[in-house]
This record gives sequence, structure tokens and C-alpha cells, in this order.
Amino acid sequence: MSRARLTAAAGPVIRARADGAFHVHEALAVGPQRLLGEVIQLDGDELVAQVYEDTTGLVPGAAVVGTGLPLSVRLGPGLLGHIFDGLLRPLGGAAAGTARAFEPTARVGDELRPGQAFGSVEVDGRREPCVVPPPGGGVLVELATAGTYGERERLGTLRTAAGERVALTMAGDWPVRRPRPVARRLPPVGPLITGQRILDTLFPVARGGRAALPGGFGTGKTILQEALAKWCDADVIVYVGCGERGNEMAEVLDEFPRLEDPRTGRPLLERAVIIANTSNMPVAAREASIYTAVTVAEYFRDQGRHVALLADSTSRWAEALREVSGRLGELPGEAGYPAYLSARLAEFYERAARVETLAGAEGSLTIIGAISPPAGDFSEPVTLHTRRYVRSFWALDPERARARFYPAIHPLQSYSEDAPRLAAWWQAHGNSDWGRHRERLLELLERQARLERMARIVGREALPPEQQLALTLADVVNEALLRQSSFSVVDRYCSPERQSAMVRLVVDFIERAERAVAQGVAPAAVAALRTLTHLKRVGEAHGEGHLDDIADLGRRLESELHALEPDHAG
Amino acid sequence: MRAEVSAAGATTRIDGPLLFLKRTLDVGLNTAVAVRGADGRERIGRVAAVSEQQLVVEVLESTTGLGLADTTVVARGEPLTVAVGPGLLGRVFDSIGRPLDGGPPIAARERRRVDGGVINPATRALPRDFIETGITTIDLMNSLVRGQKLPIFSGGGLPHDRLVTEIALRARLRAADAGRFAVVFAGIGISHDTATAFQSALADSDALARTAMFLNLADEPSSQRLLTPRVALTAAEYLAFDEGHHVLVVMTDMTNYCEALREVSASHGEVPSRKGYPGYLYSDLAGIYERAGCIHGRPGTVTQLPVLTMPADDIGHPIPDLTGYITEGQIVLDRELDRRGLYPPVKVLPSLSRLMSAGTGRDYTDPDHPALANQLFAAYARAVRLRVLSSVMGAEGLGPVEQAFLAFGDRFERDVVAQDGHRTLEDSMAAGWRALAGLPLEELTRLSPAQIAAHLPGGPHGAA
Repeated sequence: MSRARLTAAAGPVIRARADGAFHVHEALAVGPQRLLGEVIQLDGDELVAQVYEDTTGLVPGAAVVGTGLPLSVRLGPGLLGHIFDGLLRPLGGAAAGTARAFEPTARVGDELRPGQAFGSVEVDGRREPCVVPPPGGGVLVELATAGTYGERERLGTLRTAAGERVALTMAGDWPVRRPRPVARRLPPVGPLITGQRILDTLFPVARGGRAALPGGFGTGKTILQEALAKWCDADVIVYVGCGERGNEMAEVLDEFPRLEDPRTGRPLLERAVIIANTSNMPVAAREASIYTAVTVAEYFRDQGRHVALLADSTSRWAEALREVSGRLGELPGEAGYPAYLSARLAEFYERAARVETLAGAEGSLTIIGAISPPAGDFSEPVTLHTRRYVRSFWALDPERARARFYPAIHPLQSYSEDAPRLAAWWQAHGNSDWGRHRERLLELLERQARLERMARIVGREALPPEQQLALTLADVVNEALLRQSSFSVVDRYCSPERQSAMVRLVVDFIERAERAVAQGVAPAAVAALRTLTHLKRVGEAHGEGHLDDIADLGRRLESELHALEPDHAG
Repeated sequence: MRAEVSAAGATTRIDGPLLFLKRTLDVGLNTAVAVRGADGRERIGRVAAVSEQQLVVEVLESTTGLGLADTTVVARGEPLTVAVGPGLLGRVFDSIGRPLDGGPPIAARERRRVDGGVINPATRALPRDFIETGITTIDLMNSLVRGQKLPIFSGGGLPHDRLVTEIALRARLRAADAGRFAVVFAGIGISHDTATAFQSALADSDALARTAMFLNLADEPSSQRLLTPRVALTAAEYLAFDEGHHVLVVMTDMTNYCEALREVSASHGEVPSRKGYPGYLYSDLAGIYERAGCIHGRPGTVTQLPVLTMPADDIGHPIPDLTGYITEGQIVLDRELDRRGLYPPVKVLPSLSRLMSAGTGRDYTDPDHPALANQLFAAYARAVRLRVLSSVMGAEGLGPVEQAFLAFGDRFERDVVAQDGHRTLEDSMAAGWRALAGLPLEELTRLSPAQIAAHLPGGPHGAA
């Protein structure tokens, strides 16, 4: 282990004179309290490091000790259902003790590959697998019998093809800045169902995809991130609160144990790992927390699970980069951010993928990052660079948020590059017209924006009938489909079946109304239909399992429209 | 505490609030120091940077009168602390906790670090209890709950001082076991008038006995402003988590705090970020605002009501912008409403309380409260949009439904936003329902048919 002496300290950055070899990104123990740090620059015998803890009390001359290893986190059973800080240290309520009851599930002589289980341990009354670490697999030559073992104890031995012996333990270390290996990347084929209509229907994200969620303060980023964490159909959720509010973390911890996963009926917390680096925690640890989270997510992906990583917010992470960069005296780029901002964002988002794991299973890691642009201005560097690397872009609109129209996603500024390849999935899962429906809705919303500008000048009444109708129908789309309250027990989650039924209901109504107006029905008569109010509240009125009621509503709308037509109006 | 060490005559340079010393003392980063000049006056400071040859001390008071040769620096061997103990309430202190009211120093039970500890998010309890402020736009539309931080975004010349004074005097918890209520007032760079006005308003209502004031006046050194909110919050945490009070911390004006931070940062020669503010403005503000909250197993709570004046009324300015990203919502005051004589001039649409859903509705206030607030927001947003339209083409060009919304907009501002005196939540809700009556019922899509039937004349699907 190399040693160094501290020469200067200011804020989270220290300098030390090295007496031995150090490496970039090597973890350090700084000062008498052995504060965790990481090397960021080497210059002759001087090293510059960032420290992840409060540097109060550091004195020149203090010992700085290298660990010889890059900054790593320990991955193993006991992560699910718990909250950790940005360096994966438990923040209370962590699974008690590290000694756990182990049971072997493989047999000596089995050939095991990374990500495959050789045994399981009991954590919080559930069984979690103990898996072979990457990069190599081999033949199991030794395996412990059932019993209680410590986290670091050898539980078995693998012999690799090259004849090397690899020790198996419950948990292993992995450097956070190094992506975990996979057999190969696969193209995305299915959507990550979020349960949010505006996302699944208009701007879907694929399993293994990348989405960004930019919005000024108060536009509902966090509520939406939490809604995604609660209801999306991933097997494992990694939620990282990066430089955000402590009370939000308290809310997650309060709510998740009480909510049920709609697919498994188990408490939502059991599928979640929460990483909290709140805004008042040391800034350098905020920079690391994003990497910690993505490494944890990859650990579960390698077991053949579908993982969603929700990062709130990547802007705070970028600001942490900027703050440390400023203290290093680096030449600033745009808006004071370091020139490597774009490269770091790319590295992070590229860790999302649908993959074939080293064990041959399919797993995926979907990354959804919130962005907090200063003053809600999307032309700032973090939003701009993120846009280059994500495939789904969900722009939050302050005007919708002010009218308490949630989720306040702007339908014209948002997009999804994944949508075309997901049509096949929807065709196989209940909506054979998904692609056409989606285009129909988007086209109507686009027309609404254009017509509203015109109506502002000439007045709504002066528009031709079909344009007046388009405004009414766009309003129906917004109210009936796009608005969805995260606080409504009935409507906070919308299954693909119910979404399909609702989309079909609305698109059918649009088409019938357009035909009726083409035949001479006054658009004002359509706008005054008694059942229209009911249609606008359909999400709230008919929850999961009431698809018949939705079909019934469709029939009522149809007969009311029918009654308006010239030969019936009398 | 470690022994004090002192260095006389080691100072090599004085630049604004910064003192550069040859490193003759073996002190660590962030250690508190006392700086004594030839005038014998002691000034508080902290070690901002250390290196092998040099120490940089940030003096938190005026450096006027300090010289290179005759300045003595005494290191305390620990970070900056403030004394806390029984008897804080009813007293007035300066920004480092020294009595200003002529009384004796408080009976210090212990000294606490002014930076406070980071509240472990896992030990935080979720803020849930509704605080009735008596202001409709807050209680009904943007509810405040215990443990929340809800800033008031104001502008120069707007009546934010009157508003926070009224809230500090009247705020109450609705539960029977409401517990003890206390106010901590942190005046950051405020004028003598503001300080006196607040003090006399409290004295008139006998609320002085449950208030502790920490004052940094406008003519005092700006670097001291960096301490005022921290010292006040340390006292508030003691009152809440040790003595069990529910503490409302009023901090005015946070803009002065940020200006001081910019000034000190500039003198350090740091790379500036937006508008010359340091890149760590967000982290620094978070260190203050995140000290609000409730903790599992502790009796009291800390609720923050910071006030900031938006430079040039610009909500996109870094100070309100970064504040809004940390706090749990904001109450925005509006110059136009103020000019029209409406009090309180709360601009409802950009105002927000993020914890509203946690502290309102069934079990907390009234089951129909969230839906009513939601409907008022939606209807008022529509009215405001229509105003733009009608200013272009005249109200005559609008249809009857649009006209109804325009009328609602005026009614809402006159009868719901503006108010004469204190209103209970029930009064506020009644005002809200009255304002909604008159809108076509089928347009009220945020309310359920049952809510419409119960509160509005005409019943479901009645009029139109």
C-alpha cells in the first residue's frame, strides 16, 4: 500500500505528496479518521484527490493511504429493500448483521457462469441468491454445506478453464466506474411498461432504453420518477436521489413498504434499492452516487433480471462535477461545467442496454434520468448533452404544471425514438392498432397547438367546423388520456389492457365525431354531449378490472353521437 | 475541546474578509478562530484552506482596523459552535448568539456546531401535520405542513414582512395535542425598521415569550450573514429536538445571504458560476434548507419559512431558482396584484407546496380539500389564459363558457386570494366553493359528481 502526506486542503479537494505509486481513481483513506477519498490527478510526486466525507479538521502532514484498488462497492444479498448513501454504506434499517444462513443450490461438478447462483441466503425472511462474480465461470470444485457464514467467508471454489481457482463468497467488490461485462448487447424489443398513459402510449421507453426527464422546479419530476419507481414493470428498481431533498427520501421509505407491486402483490420496497445522497451530504459523494447506482443495477441485470434505474437528478451530479472541477482550477467549458461533461454523460447512459448475460440469460437495464435545468431552460449544457444520448425525451411543461395538469409532459416537445420498434409488442399484447392510434393522437395534439394560435387571432367561433371540433377532441385527449393523478388510488397505475381500452375508446370517439361533423352536425353539439364529462374522467371513474364499463361508455357515446346526426335529430 | 493555540504577527496579507497567515499553527480545516487586532476587539473566523506554508482564515466580522504586524489569531481547536440551553425563548441575539437585549448570556447546556449535522434520510419522519396559517392561498391552495421548508419568493417593496409576521403570530396546529409552538426569527441583513416592526408586533400579541430572534442588521458586516441562519437553525434544532417545541423558523432575507456568499467567494478568487455566484451555491443553500424536518423518535419539528426577494422580480435568477430546487415548493408574491391593492398578493399559479398531498385530505384536513384546490387551480389557470385571449380580441369575442371563466378569475382574486383578516381552513374552503359556483358544472372535471352535488348548487349534470 502506498502512502502520502497531506500538503493542502480546501473544501472536498486535498493535495498530498506521494511516497510510492498511486493510480487514477484509486480509493484512499485520508487523515486519522480514514476518510474515504479517490485520486483524480497525478503530477510528479503530487496527487490530487476528492474526499467523500466532511473534511473538517484535516491538517497538513496527515497520512494519506492508498488502498491499491479503484473505488468499489460491495455487491451481494441484502441490498433489496434498503437505503444506502452514495457509496453504498447502509443508512439505517439495513439487514441486520452480515452473517447469514446459507443453503447451497448447486452441486460440486456443476459448470457455473457469472451471474448464476451457487446458493442462497436468507435476508429479511426472503431468500436471495449468491451468484458467481464476473468475469469468468468454471466448474464448481468445492461448496460449503448449509449453515451460517460471514459475508467474506469462502463458500465454494470454481476451477476456470485456464485452471485457476476462484473463491466464491456471498458478496464481492466491483469498481463503480467500470461497466460489468456481458456476453453481448441485444436490440430492444419490448417496452418498459410504466403504467403512465402518456408515456406508454405516446412516448414509450424500451426495456434497456434510456430516457431523460427535464423540467424546471415544480413541474413534477420527482413525483413522476416516484410513480415510475412504483408502477413500472421492472423486476428491480434502483432509485438514486442525487443531491435531492431528504424529505423525499423519507416519503419513499414511508410509502414503498405499504404499496403493493401490482404484478406480484408483494410490498414494493422488496424490489427496490434506494441510494440517497441528499443535497446536504458531501458534494464529492454525490458525484460517485450515480456510478454506485448503475453498478448495483448491473449486478441485478447480470442475474437475468430487468432493472430500471431512476436517477433524480443528473443535474446535481453534473454540478458536483463542476464544483470539484472548479476547486481543481480546471479550465471551465460551457456554463462553468468541465469540458468532459459530455463524455461522462455518455459513459453513464451507455451502461443501459438489453443484454445477454455471461450466463446466457436475458437481462436489461433501463436508465431514466431527471434533469433540473436552471430556470427551466432546456438549452443549458446538461439538457443539451443528455439529449444526444437518450432515446426518449420527456419534457416537462411549466404551464401544464401550473394548471395542476399532471404528468405535465409536453406532448409536442417530447419524443420517443423507441416507439416504432415497440409497435409489434403492443400488437401482440392487446392493441393491434397501437401504431395508428398513437399517430392519430399525436397528430391531433399537434393540430391543436396550431389551431389555438389561430383561434387566438380570429376567435374560436370563426374557425371552420372541423377545426372547432379538433380543439374539442384535443381537449378530450388531454383530459381523458394524458392527465393521470399519481395520488389517485384508482388511476395512479394503468395496465396495458386498460390503456388499450381507453385509447381505443378515445380514438373511436374521435373518428365518429369527425364523421358526424363531416355530415353536418354542429361541433358545439358534440362539445355539449352529456357523456363527454364522463369521458374526460374515464381514468378516474373506471379502474383496473372494469374494462366492461369502458366498453359500455363507448356504446353510450356512440348512441349519443348517432342521435345528433341529421336523420335522427328530428 | 483542544487547547487553544495562538499566532501573533504571522499574518502576511489581508484581503477583504480573508486573512493569509504563515502556517505557524497546527490547525485543521474549518477550525474556529478568534482574530484580535490592535484595538483589542475579538472577531470570529474560520480556517477556509490549509497548505504546508499557509493558512487562510475567513473573518466573519469586519476586518477594519486589522494590521499585519499586530494581529493575533487564536485557534479554538474545534469548528464554530454556539451555546444552546434553556432560556433561548423570549430573547434577542446577534448573529453569533451574543445577547442584544441587555440580558445575561443564556445558561449554556452545551455548545453545538453551527453547521449542524446532516439528518440521515432514513431517520426522517414524513412531514404530515397540517399547519393552519390563516392565509387562504397557503392553507387551501398550497398547504404548509410541519417539517416543511416553504419559501416566500417576493420582490423589493412587496408586503412579505407583513405576511410572515402574521403567519408567525397566528399559525396553529389543528390537532388537539398540538404541542408547544415556538418561533425563531433570523433577520439576515435586514433594516432596523424591519427588525423593530417584527419585535413590536410580537410584543403586542404576547408572542414574544415564545420567540427567539437572531439579528444581523443591514449595516453589519456582510460576511457575518453567512452565520446568521446557521446559528438560528442550531438554536431551532435545540428547541425542537431537545425541548420538544414545534419551531417555525422565519429567515428573511435569504437574498442578502447569497449576496454575502458571492462577496466572500469572490474574495477567495473562486471560479464564478451563474451571475458571479459560486458554483457551490446550491450545496451551500441546501446545507441551510435541509435542516428543516421531523425525526423519528424526537418530539419537536423544524419548519422553515424563508423569505427571499427576487432580484428584478426574476424567478429564473439563480437565487430563487436554486432555492426552488431545494425547498418543498414556494409561495410567490406578485407586484401586479399588490398594485391592485389585493392583500396578500400571492400569485397562485406559480406557487406550490410539494408536501400538500401528504398533509391534506382525509385524516388530515377535509376529504374534499385536495380536489377543491385542484379544481381551483385548473379553473384559474384557464381564466388567466382566457384573459390573454380577451385582451387581444375583446371579451365579446368569447363564448358563454369562456365568459363564465373570465368572471370566475376576477371573483377568485377578489374573494379567495384577497382577505381581510384571519381565516380558518373551513372559511377558506367555503370561499373556494363560493367562487366555483357560477361555472358550468360539466366543466368541473377535477371534482367527482358526489363532490359537486354536495357543495355546489345545481347538482350533477344539472345546469348548462
